[in-house]
Amino acid sequence: MNVAVVGFAQAPCRVRPDVTTSGVEMLVPIFAEVFAATGLTKADIGFWCSGSSDYLAGRAFSFVQAVDAIGAVPPAMESHVEMDAAWALYEAWVKVLTGEAEIALAYGFGKSSGAQLRRVLALQLDPYLVAPLWPDSVSVAALQARLGLDAGRWTEKDMAEVAARSRSAAVSNPAAQVSGPVAAAELLERPYVAEPLRAHDCAPVGDGAAVVVIASAARARELCPRPAWITGFAHRIDSGSLGARDLLAVPSAAGAARAAGAERYRAASGVASVDVAPVEIAELHAPFSHQEILLREALGLGDGVRVNPSGGALCGNPMFAAGLARIGMAARSVMAGGAGRALGHATSGPALQQNLVCVLSGSGEAS
Amino acid sequence: MDHPLRAPLEIEFDYTRSLGPVLSEFMTGLRDRRILGARGADGRVHAPPFEYDPVTAEPPGALTEVGSEGTVVSWSWMPEPLDGQPLPGAFAWALIRLDGADTAMLHAVDAGPGIDAASVMRTGLRVRARWAEDRVGSIRDIACFEPCSAPVAGAAFAGAGRAAESGGAVAMTVTPVRLSYMHTASPGESAYLRGLAERRLLAQRCGVCGQVYIPPRGTCPADGVPTREEVELPETGTVTTFCVVNVGYPGQRVTPPYVAAAVLLDGADIAFQHLVLGCPPDEVRMGLRVRAVWDASSGGISHFAPSGEPDAAYETYARSL
Repeated sequence: MNVAVVGFAQAPCRVRPDVTTSGVEMLVPIFAEVFAATGLTKADIGFWCSGSSDYLAGRAFSFVQAVDAIGAVPPAMESHVEMDAAWALYEAWVKVLTGEAEIALAYGFGKSSGAQLRRVLALQLDPYLVAPLWPDSVSVAALQARLGLDAGRWTEKDMAEVAARSRSAAVSNPAAQVSGPVAAAELLERPYVAEPLRAHDCAPVGDGAAVVVIASAARARELCPRPAWITGFAHRIDSGSLGARDLLAVPSAAGAARAAGAERYRAASGVASVDVAPVEIAELHAPFSHQEILLREALGLGDGVRVNPSGGALCGNPMFAAGLARIGMAARSVMAGGAGRALGHATSGPALQQNLVCVLSGSGEAS
Repeated sequence: MDHPLRAPLEIEFDYTRSLGPVLSEFMTGLRDRRILGARGADGRVHAPPFEYDPVTAEPPGALTEVGSEGTVVSWSWMPEPLDGQPLPGAFAWALIRLDGADTAMLHAVDAGPGIDAASVMRTGLRVRARWAEDRVGSIRDIACFEPCSAPVAGAAFAGAGRAAESGGAVAMTVTPVRLSYMHTASPGESAYLRGLAERRLLAQRCGVCGQVYIPPRGTCPADGVPTREEVELPETGTVTTFCVVNVGYPGQRVTPPYVAAAVLLDGADIAFQHLVLGCPPDEVRMGLRVRAVWDASSGGISHFAPSGEPDAAYETYARSL
């Protein structure tokens, strides 16, 4: 059965001291936006699934209050993942594939600025051997960046160029938190935050939310003139032991890409006999500049692929929504006719531990 | 509209975890200044040890001791340590491959004092464990690592005092967690809290279904639309249901037994929870009419007490149960 993305909306990524950690204030307007674009109402949604985290909110079961934004009377079929909402979309996709829902909505929200994010994220690490040391997320990413520098995989200039290109691209994205043309050479003159990382190498801390609506083939075309058909969707995870896995290999990203049909894109970039067109746009969830370089290689993206025309996570990384927003932006490029095929990627955990790939197409062939 | 109320929210709790056989042996080793690793099916020695072989998923055989010296595989610089991190001044995070191991351990390296400390750090640097003086069986029994070129302090000598170690196996580990947030109340909650300070009870009504919510939710949970109409409610209401609290707990402010009840304020469509005091617990009942008793010092509601009115008819609150 074919399933397509038919709607996407996101809240602008900003530091918002005025909003609560329940996400409701950020979600209500974007639900209204996606309903207006598709002509749907809440009664049409057969399954809802959210991604968020109690550790950002500082209280238990914080996602329950977000259900107010749904309007869950009469009761709605609803679920939640304590992960980026890209994984909520995966659950929603399975619900539609299995025929339990015709139309499903995934949403993610995070008030990343409620506490010191890089310190809160230490609690996602091994609780016996690592978390008691409180290694923050920026420092852990910096260890990965250093490995690549030492191995000659990239230079600090390469990393700055990723940031500069992202910021220039983000000028056209009103949801971006950071944007504007800047020269890589200028970025390299700025101080280290966590050597070898500078501020531009790290995603800004921002609050936001995103929503994606998917529908079965029977409903998709009536909701959207050019649905973004999901031709492949997969996720994989690597070992949680930072010192035991090869931090420069990202096998979970490569595995997810393969399972989602990326072998065909790899072939498409080099070999003549392929049955599908290559992916034209890739929205990668790379919260650190060097991770975009790692992901390009792991996903087998050739030079012809436009990476992060939205500016990517380096220009706005609302926790638990940014991965879903990458899929939403990739889908939007297909729905608007700008791309025939696009890829959305999401990551979770330290140093690209867990990865998800969603491949979207303007034509409805299944994977 | 007034700005939302904000306040610091400090959360502290301990994670108390049992260790299981492998980590128990590893932590017991740390207490005794020994670092243990596990040999995998592929021949690689993992230090710290795995609990299940990443290739075969089998538990490891006998653990093997690795060196307390090793080589920096990668490092990053922490100029201003965050709360809870191993060292108070600037230090390096490092992946350290201990002698005899094939995997790396994440820990801190004290590169020494001074603003040039970072210049000591490099990939390939030889480092050794600096043991904590008080060791309990925790990854923090290694206070940090330090360059092998640094002078050896008394407590840092890996072999010192080993024979003096004693005690049974470490079976549990406690990790204290402290997190600091700036909590923001929603606009509706802020209006409600400001109202309490003036002894006013401010609710909100949904423009679609007409239900009145107190405290205000900002969004109607039935319709998913913002609730903007403010409604002031009286300080009287009805107990819809209740329980008698008979157990004590840390921080308890009222001596058991006492009553926690769902109170439906007159004019509201959902009940909220509060204390019902001012009468023996066994006199509290469904339908009991109550009135707010204000706390002169805090400005909020201290509790509810019986108002003396006749009980409310069941039909008047049945739909709010």
